[in-house]
Amino acid sequence: MKELLIIAIGSALVNNVVLSQFLGLCPFLGVSKKVDTAAGMGTAVIFVITLASAVTGAIYQFILTPLNITYLQTIVFILVIAALVQFVEMFLKKFMQPLYQALGVYLPLITTNCAVLGVALTNVQKSYGILTGVVNGFATAAGFTISIIILAGLREKMEYNDVPKAFQGMPIVLVTAGLMAIAFCGFSGLL
Amino acid sequence: MNKAGERLFNGLIKENPTFVLMLGMCPTLAVTTSAINGCGMGLTTTAVLVMSNMIIALLRNIIPDKVRIPAFIVIIASFVTVLELLLEGFLPSLYDALGLYIPLIVVNCIILGRAEAYASKNPVIPSLFDGLGMGLGFTLGLTCIGMVREFIGAGQIFGFQILPLADAAKGVTGYTPVSIFVLAPGAFFVLACLTALQNKVRIKAAAKGNVESAKKLSCGTDCATCGNTGCGGKFYDTSINDDKKKEE
Repeated sequence: MKELLIIAIGSALVNNVVLSQFLGLCPFLGVSKKVDTAAGMGTAVIFVITLASAVTGAIYQFILTPLNITYLQTIVFILVIAALVQFVEMFLKKFMQPLYQALGVYLPLITTNCAVLGVALTNVQKSYGILTGVVNGFATAAGFTISIIILAGLREKMEYNDVPKAFQGMPIVLVTAGLMAIAFCGFSGLL
Repeated sequence: MNKAGERLFNGLIKENPTFVLMLGMCPTLAVTTSAINGCGMGLTTTAVLVMSNMIIALLRNIIPDKVRIPAFIVIIASFVTVLELLLEGFLPSLYDALGLYIPLIVVNCIILGRAEAYASKNPVIPSLFDGLGMGLGFTLGLTCIGMVREFIGAGQIFGFQILPLADAAKGVTGYTPVSIFVLAPGAFFVLACLTALQNKVRIKAAAKGNVESAKKLSCGTDCATCGNTGCGGKFYDTSINDDKKKEE
């Protein structure tokens, strides 16, 4: 239990997926204009990454390892993730309308989010089991959600600031992200 | 041969993936802690890009339109796996330095972007050179960013000490490295300055009445996954239109 907690805190805060590993930067910068869309994106990412870690973990353990074809992991994982996202989208559309309304628009954007593949590969690299992998995936996605919501909050305030002309738009967001990354460096003392 | 040269120039300068299109930002930020890592990542991506562009151009009339994206992804992922195994075998130091980011080349939007925008519509030879040009442009971008970060962060370039370091114990005066630049936050700051510089150029172009440049203003993310649909300067669309214009 303690081990799982350490892994969770480590992936959520210390090695934050966006701010220290640079995975999932595209949605982090693209969908962080408003807090509620950022929260929606974050929820969708938590949902998909947790599910994807479970599925890829199971595939790795029960299919790739017994057949001795673990070197195919990248190909298998990317296809499984793409199919999974499509499937989840169809499933939600058919059976869970309210959830689909909330997450639907974000789901297609997640297919190419490198954080999903990144987590699946990290789980394998660190030889986590399925349960540990799911916990790691959930924590990583939670870390993504925390940072995207903070950034969105800051960006909402920044609307009223007088930013130099060349720094308007993306550059000032990157500077903000850099300052957040410095703040997150402080978490490294946590473990 | 003229066409090949034009594609190389296009990738290296005119549509440089790092400085102009701002594609593939994740590896750009993650591996540029030193010039040599940036260069290695760039060359690995180039190899994948050239091979996948070539194969996709060869198969462009065979792959059905509806399943083209999964087909492209399988082709790209196969080459990434091949490269990963080769690097592990022959360049273990680079393999260790790049780590997770090698398999993640699969989701690098430059590769799928070129497959979709160029290789799936053009013959083999131009596609090959298009991949080479784009890949070398990416390598150039990563190496430059890596050099800046390594220089400020450690006073080195390609591992050679350019600025003599200060040593308080021995009383030697010299350069005190700003180590934040080789850490994660430095990557964001360098990219921020780079985007600001790009904006500056575009503001000038916009003032001269170049509407296309004004449209692309201040967008630092890649359009393939960007949620901001208001930008109108979609990478896929513009490059397809550009190619059409050239043909006309």
